[in-house]
Amino acid sequence: MLRFLTQRRGRDRLDMTDWIAFGVLGLGVFLMLGPVLWLVLSSFKTEAALQEYPPRLLPLAPQFVEVEGFETALQRFRVISGEHEGRELAQIRRVGLNAQMIDPANPEERLNVHINDREAVRAVQVETENYTGLFTRFNFLLYFWNSTFITVVATVLTVLFNSMAAFALAKYRFTGRTSVFLLIIATLMIPPTVTLVPLFLVVSQMGLINSPWAVIWPAIATPTGVFLLRQYMLTIPDDLLDAARMDNASEWRVYWKIVLPLSAPALAVLIIFSVMWRWNEFLWPLIVLNRSEVFTLQLALNSFQGELQTAWSSLLAMTVLTLLPITLVFAFLQKFITQGIAQSGVK
Amino acid sequence: MRKTIAVSALALMTAGASQAQELRFMCYQDGNECDAWAAAFQTFEAENDGITVVVDVVPYQAIIESLPIQLEVGEGPDLARVTDYGGLARFMLDVRPHVSDPDMIEARYGPSLAWARVGDNAPDGIYNIVDQLTATGGFANATLFEQAGVDMPAPGSSWAEWADASRAVRDATGIDFAMAIDRTGHRFAAPAMSFGAALFNEDGEALVIDDGFRNFSEQFVAWHEDGTMARDVWAGAGGGTYQDAAGEFINANLAMYYSGSWQIGRFGRDIGDAFDWVATGSVCGPEACTGMPGGAGIVGLNHTEHPEAVGKLMEFVARDDVQAQVLAQTRNLPANAELQANGIDYQDVTPEVAAALTAFAASVPNFSETAYALQGYQFNRAVYTNIPARLTQAIVGELTLSEALDRLEQDVADAIAEAR
Amino acid sequence: MAALVRALYEGAFNLFEKPMQMLQYSLGAHRMAWVFLLPNLLIFGLFTYLPIMLNVWYASTSGDRILLGDRDWVGTANFATLLDCGSYLDPNTCRRDLFWRAVHNTGWFVVLQVGFMILLSLIAALILNRNIPLKGFFRAVFFYPVLLSPVVVALIWKWILQRNGVLNAGMDWAGMDTVNWLLDPSWAFFWIVFVSIWANMGFYVLILLAGLQAIPGDVYEAAEMDGTPAWRQLFRITLPLLTPTLLVVMVLSLIRAVQAFDEIYVLTGGGPGSATTLLIQYIYDVGFATRPRQFGLAAAASLLMAGVLLVLTLLQLAATRKRAEEG
Repeated sequence: MLRFLTQRRGRDRLDMTDWIAFGVLGLGVFLMLGPVLWLVLSSFKTEAALQEYPPRLLPLAPQFVEVEGFETALQRFRVISGEHEGRELAQIRRVGLNAQMIDPANPEERLNVHINDREAVRAVQVETENYTGLFTRFNFLLYFWNSTFITVVATVLTVLFNSMAAFALAKYRFTGRTSVFLLIIATLMIPPTVTLVPLFLVVSQMGLINSPWAVIWPAIATPTGVFLLRQYMLTIPDDLLDAARMDNASEWRVYWKIVLPLSAPALAVLIIFSVMWRWNEFLWPLIVLNRSEVFTLQLALNSFQGELQTAWSSLLAMTVLTLLPITLVFAFLQKFITQGIAQSGVK
Repeated sequence: MRKTIAVSALALMTAGASQAQELRFMCYQDGNECDAWAAAFQTFEAENDGITVVVDVVPYQAIIESLPIQLEVGEGPDLARVTDYGGLARFMLDVRPHVSDPDMIEARYGPSLAWARVGDNAPDGIYNIVDQLTATGGFANATLFEQAGVDMPAPGSSWAEWADASRAVRDATGIDFAMAIDRTGHRFAAPAMSFGAALFNEDGEALVIDDGFRNFSEQFVAWHEDGTMARDVWAGAGGGTYQDAAGEFINANLAMYYSGSWQIGRFGRDIGDAFDWVATGSVCGPEACTGMPGGAGIVGLNHTEHPEAVGKLMEFVARDDVQAQVLAQTRNLPANAELQANGIDYQDVTPEVAAALTAFAASVPNFSETAYALQGYQFNRAVYTNIPARLTQAIVGELTLSEALDRLEQDVADAIAEAR
Repeated sequence: MAALVRALYEGAFNLFEKPMQMLQYSLGAHRMAWVFLLPNLLIFGLFTYLPIMLNVWYASTSGDRILLGDRDWVGTANFATLLDCGSYLDPNTCRRDLFWRAVHNTGWFVVLQVGFMILLSLIAALILNRNIPLKGFFRAVFFYPVLLSPVVVALIWKWILQRNGVLNAGMDWAGMDTVNWLLDPSWAFFWIVFVSIWANMGFYVLILLAGLQAIPGDVYEAAEMDGTPAWRQLFRITLPLLTPTLLVVMVLSLIRAVQAFDEIYVLTGGGPGSATTLLIQYIYDVGFATRPRQFGLAAAASLLMAGVLLVLTLLQLAATRKRAEEG
């Protein structure tokens, strides 16, 4: 019964457990991806269509038609009841409850239709301006570069420092080891929202305000990263390390050439997390970066939120754009998560 | 924004060479306010050789949360576009010594200048130029009223009349909601004052829960119980969270909506020709017919290294022609008395939008003194956020109304005590 | 690309090898542990421990000022205010009733959310670890919601859950009565648990997936040959060998559940009333959102919360250690 959870390698033909697994995955795709796909579709809607409900799946827009004798295009309607039922007309104007309409094929005749008797003709129409507008509105490439710089530098340092600390905590026995480990875990307990203000005092004393390093330095010693890597490294057999030490390998070599490669799955996970955290970070950059030269994409994205109104169409388009790079990073790195000890033949 | 970036890059390059002064302006926008100012500042830069202005467009959250923290440790921009005048008062720069004609500014912006003259600020100081005056007031869906065959209450009608009429419209047309009020104490305060709430005690401290306040609160909770008010707006959230009902109104699912002038542009764009809508002006209670003023303004900040340049810029911002030009693009109401009298030639607006702008502008001079006092009150944000938090608890039944009002009074007092 | 990464990897090794060898020579291999710990601890000290100490100062002072010197010393008054209660079970008897409502809500939230989170992410990770077609795609699917910002997560779910939203449209179509999901306190609470699991599950799935790689395949092969049934393999092999990683997931999910805030705040605003107001929202409301700010109270509340969390985490660590010793 629980076989679909434990079965690890598929055989040549699909059996019952595969079908259950696919069933669960199908449900997962529907629940997890459905809303995201809808987000992507919505980013092509106009601001007015986003406000509309019941919300529609596809970006539909009203259709217009050029009619002889009118300067601007007229909106098309389908008459759904009453005297002109079934006809497709263009609306000249609406006065109160009545719409003055015209048949584009026969522009001489004016018709009066009650507004509840007509229904707008709509067709799928992609609002690409949500996207193109972003590039003319602000310096997208500059913000992209700022975000990339912060993300890459912070991730490299995070992985390096965290894995070094994790190595020390997992593979050495020394007095104070447990205390240091607990001290690192304990920092998870204080919510980041609360330390924001005191941290700002520290960072401003160091003169880092409006520098990308104000975002990078506080971010790189993540307790989550140390914890995650330390727990993973615990599963690496000590014999391997001792064998290398017998061959006169330095501690640095043991760390870099043996422990790091064997920790590839956990490192891949931490890289994904770190990239995601830094790329999406908002609250902290909002406080330490206030000049547009150093803005990140998230700051630009959220500048569509005013006091009383939010420009959702631009915000959604920007969200989709900022998602693309991390999607690629994930697609590239997820392979390494399953290339661990199990595959490398080490026991 | 591209131009601003280019200007800033240029400024960075030339900064070493000459004694160029660069002013940083932190700006948030609901629509296109920052873009309009960035364009206007090019004129300023042309007129004032050696001063450049860089507009940094930020989320509103940066203005309300980050800016005060930055200012307290001596960081932050030279100017900012803000709404919390009381909270930022001690960081504001008095530009009176740096402007050529302070009396002209005083004559035009008198009432809103008072909003920043709180705490230790000079009683005649010039701290803020409001570039987006807002007024609270109602909107009605005229087409729904017509469909229902219900006469729309005339200007100057009471809350009770509007409630009856919009309920009739809801029942006749099958829409979901009769009335809605934005979820914030700022909107709630207007009908409360119309019901006779004094809000302040003799020492000028808020918040006093008197009979007027109690009466409207009772009415408000009752309207939620009988379904007159859209429950989704107030009961759908908690704490001091802001929540509007513009979506319901735009979708013709709401007969009467009490919000404010800033919605006009959005309604013009998103409703289009779908139905007719009108601004109702102030709605009356038993005691008064007042709305609430409000609005964003530009302030200079006192840690700036270039106070004179900031003064010049503030004077530029206050100028009639500049305000007229910017407000025509942003479609906001003027705080400038001269422009209020002469009107603004708004760019490509429909007759409906123009009529609404006029109706709201006309209601502003009739707002009560208490309304202006609350808007100019140093701790008004404590009032604005705590009212929805506590009244919602009464609406959903977590507390009785009298418990909720006691807690409300205590909450505001606690918050103010923290700052004293 | 791969060659470049390899070259950089080798280059970095060579760059640090000499100085590290010198250090090892002068300090001895044993003390190298501290060398490896040093960079991390320095950064922690400056950017984490120092702010936490300052936070203790904030908790002991009052006023809406940020600069430490501008604040008035009040000792434990902020803690006393928070703990001033007639009965801790009835928030209405407390001086700060909203704090205790938030405590109660958070308690229930943690119990429900952590339990389901661990169970569901474990199932998902086990399935995704199978050798199935389109593995990469399915992994991405489960991880994707983690990438979305809280504002966007809340927006999507508002579309789904609102009165005229997708879910009600679907229920209407199926002939069921519609429910105004976010206006009913119990349903709203259910949905914040659901949405927070939806938004964060991928995080734990990924950690568990990495942990599963550390289990050698031949253990299973041996079990297969012995004819051990599948469910017994799961409880006898997979779960015990996964314990170090499961501990990470348990500790992190507990801490993050207690500190849940963003997407819930934007989705329900803590409402209806205070039905979904959690602790961090209370802290945020008093300390940041309202003016004048009550930083001292916010800091005190955060320290109380940290204290409780620390105890819970130590219990978790102790429990797994004990089990490891027994097993």
